[in-house]
Amino acid sequence: MTTAGAAYLHRHPRLRLAGVLGAPLTWLVVVYLGSLSALLLTSLWTQDSFTAEVVRIWTLDNFRAVLTEPLYHEVLLRTVSVAVAVTLIDLALALPIAFYMAKVARPRVAKLLVVACLMPLWASYLIKAYAWRLLVIKDGVFEHTFGGSPGLGLVAVVMTLAYLWLPFMILPVYAGLERVPDSHLEASEDLGGRPWRTFRSVVWPAILPSVIAGSIFTFSLSLGDYISVNIVGGTSQMLGNLIYAQQTLDLPIAAATATLSVVVMAIYMLLVRRTGALDRL
Amino acid sequence: MTLSRLSRAVLATAVVLVLVVIYAPLAVVVISSFSSSKTFGWPPPSYTLHWWGDAWSSGGALHAVGVSVQVGLLAMGVALFLGTLLAFGLSRYRFFGRNSLSLLVILPIALPGIVTGMALKNAFEVMLGIQLGYFTLVVAHATFCVVVVFNNVRARLNQLGGSIEEASMDLGASRWTTFRLVTFPFLRTALLAGGLLAFALSFDEIIVTTFTAGAGIDTLPLWINRNLFRPSQSPVVNVVGSCLILASIIPIYLSQRLSGSTTGGRV
Repeated sequence: MTTAGAAYLHRHPRLRLAGVLGAPLTWLVVVYLGSLSALLLTSLWTQDSFTAEVVRIWTLDNFRAVLTEPLYHEVLLRTVSVAVAVTLIDLALALPIAFYMAKVARPRVAKLLVVACLMPLWASYLIKAYAWRLLVIKDGVFEHTFGGSPGLGLVAVVMTLAYLWLPFMILPVYAGLERVPDSHLEASEDLGGRPWRTFRSVVWPAILPSVIAGSIFTFSLSLGDYISVNIVGGTSQMLGNLIYAQQTLDLPIAAATATLSVVVMAIYMLLVRRTGALDRL
Repeated sequence: MTLSRLSRAVLATAVVLVLVVIYAPLAVVVISSFSSSKTFGWPPPSYTLHWWGDAWSSGGALHAVGVSVQVGLLAMGVALFLGTLLAFGLSRYRFFGRNSLSLLVILPIALPGIVTGMALKNAFEVMLGIQLGYFTLVVAHATFCVVVVFNNVRARLNQLGGSIEEASMDLGASRWTTFRLVTFPFLRTALLAGGLLAFALSFDEIIVTTFTAGAGIDTLPLWINRNLFRPSQSPVVNVVGSCLILASIIPIYLSQRLSGSTTGGRV
């Protein structure tokens, strides 16, 4: 860069900003927002029933179908219930281990534990779901070890998804707990707070944004998953399966169903925005 | 924190239980890969190394690994470029729409993968008339990989603050020299950690991949997904799965060394 050019840039921060953000902004807006908008447009179009091609005739029928037909209500309710259950299970599993790592264990042990919790995050998603299939199927590991198994179905889906997304909950909760100063816990103790009271009144409010950050992952990932459902779900259907099955048959209605899941996610993110959770993702 | 001996014991038990839950399913896959039976049975009747040899000569799996590595490296390159620029823009400048932009960056991983996948497929195929293939796959992967690079670099830039760069420029260094000699060395490990995460994310991705890869392209997750329900392939799937489980030690080791922080970079 010549000196004159550099000096010119130095006097014009807006131009510098444009140079820095131009490429990534174009990519995100054109590729990503563009595609999302195109999907929304498609959901307002219709499909020719003979040629199976998308015809650009404007209609709200797809949304009407998605919002009124009982099938969608049932699947949406089931999917949201599974996502909520998965999130709660992950929270229940993540809290003790994260607390132990952040506040109880010695630094060396804590570091090892973090690695131990992170390692499965890097192992293949499909193989982990497949492992759960081996656990729950007939004559599988559960039947041989415990004498019974939930079998392929919704319970197995909840267990598998909770397993898959557990690290996504442990990490932010651990990071949140690390930020709670030990002195706060001691102060609460000095004032006579028992462990449970300290947790409820001091720790929980402080880590709530981190918990919500974790729940965005566990919730959103559960909401759109259809592959684990194929692997361990037996015949049960979730929103993802419905969208996947529809998109080859009727793209506009699949787009409307997908928009529905975006709306669910957007409502959730708007609700939690004030807590500052989005900065902890 | 002072805990009673009982609560300490309860907590430790919970930790051990969670670790068992995390590792037992992985152990089942690794043990099954040595099972002498061609179909899954628990416990394995006896043990053999036969399938490991078979898997090594399975062309499909090896070819798929190659494709996944290529796509992962390309997506990582694009993500490193875009993510670093974004991190600079958002941490060094104040401008209108800054908060919305940081929300836009996380959107590709905050929204369900099936939405991202279908939106991109629809845009490529129906709207733009681009044939699905390598190109669309890399574009799709890069889009959701940007966020991990961005997160790592932004965290590091915030840690650095602007004053060291200003000092460098006050001493007469140009913007480029400052970047080369001051900022970049400080960012290096964050870039490596972010790049590593981006690669791993791409290497393991299946949902967006299913939508944007097009026919004839086989990444490793696509290969596994196709062979998961074929009883004849079950032993090879077990071996490939075991390899992936064991290989996950590499990135965790590297990211620990690189980031220096206990969490090994940010997800």
